[in-house]
Amino acid sequence: MSLTYHLQVVNLLAAVLLLIAFAMLSQRRIVGLITLFAWQGTALAASTIIVAWSTAQHHLYYSAALTLALKVVVMPWYFFRLVRKLDVDRDVEPMINIPTTMLIGIALVIFAFNLALPIAQMAGTVTRSTLGIALASVLLAFLMMITRSKAIPQVIGFLAMENGLFFAATSATYGMPLVVELGVALDVLVAVFVLGIFFFHIRETFDSMDLKHMERLREK
Amino acid sequence: MTTGVLLQITQTGLALLLAPLLMGWVNICRAWLQGRSAPPLLQPYYTLQKLFHKDAVLAHDATRLFRFAPYLIFACMVLAAGIVPTLANDLPFSPAADVIALVGLFALARVFQALAAMDIGTAFGSLGARREMLVSFLAEPALLMVFFTASFISQSTELPHIVDRLAHQEFALYPSLAFAAVAFWMVSTAENARIPVDNPSTHLELTMIHEAMILEYSARHLALIEWAVALKLFTYSALGIALFLPWGIAAAGDLNALPLALLALVLKLALGGAALALLETINAKMRLFRAPEFLGTAFLLAVLGMLVHFLLEV
Repeated sequence: MSLTYHLQVVNLLAAVLLLIAFAMLSQRRIVGLITLFAWQGTALAASTIIVAWSTAQHHLYYSAALTLALKVVVMPWYFFRLVRKLDVDRDVEPMINIPTTMLIGIALVIFAFNLALPIAQMAGTVTRSTLGIALASVLLAFLMMITRSKAIPQVIGFLAMENGLFFAATSATYGMPLVVELGVALDVLVAVFVLGIFFFHIRETFDSMDLKHMERLREK
Repeated sequence: MTTGVLLQITQTGLALLLAPLLMGWVNICRAWLQGRSAPPLLQPYYTLQKLFHKDAVLAHDATRLFRFAPYLIFACMVLAAGIVPTLANDLPFSPAADVIALVGLFALARVFQALAAMDIGTAFGSLGARREMLVSFLAEPALLMVFFTASFISQSTELPHIVDRLAHQEFALYPSLAFAAVAFWMVSTAENARIPVDNPSTHLELTMIHEAMILEYSARHLALIEWAVALKLFTYSALGIALFLPWGIAAAGDLNALPLALLALVLKLALGGAALALLETINAKMRLFRAPEFLGTAFLLAVLGMLVHFLLEV
């Protein structure tokens, strides 16, 4: 271990990110899920700021600020409001039971770590060892989207996946160009609002937020 | 060598004395957080004293095992408290058992506890014993995995080496230990019969795990078991300190650091006890059938810690 302290902190924050991804996988309540999502955004922003400071990449400050504003403040607030309005804060049983999901999650983590090793060796950044964790977070968020049948957890899974991708970009290439990041952030924001409107329509049509009703759509 | 023996005796004696105090402190913090008026800090000592002065009542069907078990459980916990470094590192007792043997020591106490509970043949006793076994067989591998994560970092399963590597050599942040710490907290709630796995202050027999096993005990036997429970909580706290917050434990042979070590220990225990009370207040006891899921999560987190160690720290 001859890493400098701020890189060790980045590694620690990467571990926290993975920990939160697992906590999301095991979380039954939607409100808990939203809180965890906000914490994930916080960890992400903190690690981005430290990477920005230690490598003097100024555009990373902007993306950190964007993350903090959108993923820690605006989106969780919007989701909390949605949950209150839709009155859907109850225990949700996922489609596969949680211990099995966690086991699949561990297998995904091992897969991601192995997958990232050769890629990380090619990357020239100081944070390249966290690439495996970023990939694992992406896969875990994907797994969460697959195993949840309700609409809001699926959207949170989608956003957590975006978090993982953002972290992967930071650790492999010190982030994407600012224009791309701004575009992605805007896309995600718009998607969240559009999906928010969708939630109301889904509930109006099916009297439930369960997306399996949508498998049997028929024209009338 | 003599100073080592003296220090060892001091450390074990201190554990014996501090354990009920820690229990009392946790109870006080819990009462404060729940808005009740708190019992006195020394309440566990008063309870122990009261119990030691009573006459023991034994069931007709009690065999020798039932009378023998409290002494054995107490002895196991005293031994464990002597092995874990709290004040000074590398004392004469510590090579007696590495972390794996320590887990075995806890298991020995637990087996006798369960056997004694089944010995009387009451329904609640065997119910408690079975639940305890269900919880502990899931908690044990997770605990071992936590220890293995720390062992990978220090290249040794001996606690003095682990503490030495983490506290007295070049400071480094270990992300894998963050996972191990969460897993350790989950395991220690299960092993110490605390919320969310078990409620230590419950009076409902049907929800009991640990309490159901000791319903038949009275007087000095009960006192020994209560003291052993306090010692177990103390030992687990000391283990948590040794693995995750080892700064302050005096290095081997460093006598000047001892007053500071004592101060650090008391401070860390006070903070740890308050944190335990806080976690117990904001969590609710979960259903028994959620416990396997809870402990399975602990195991997976510990495994994840090991994986992260290989990714980030090698």
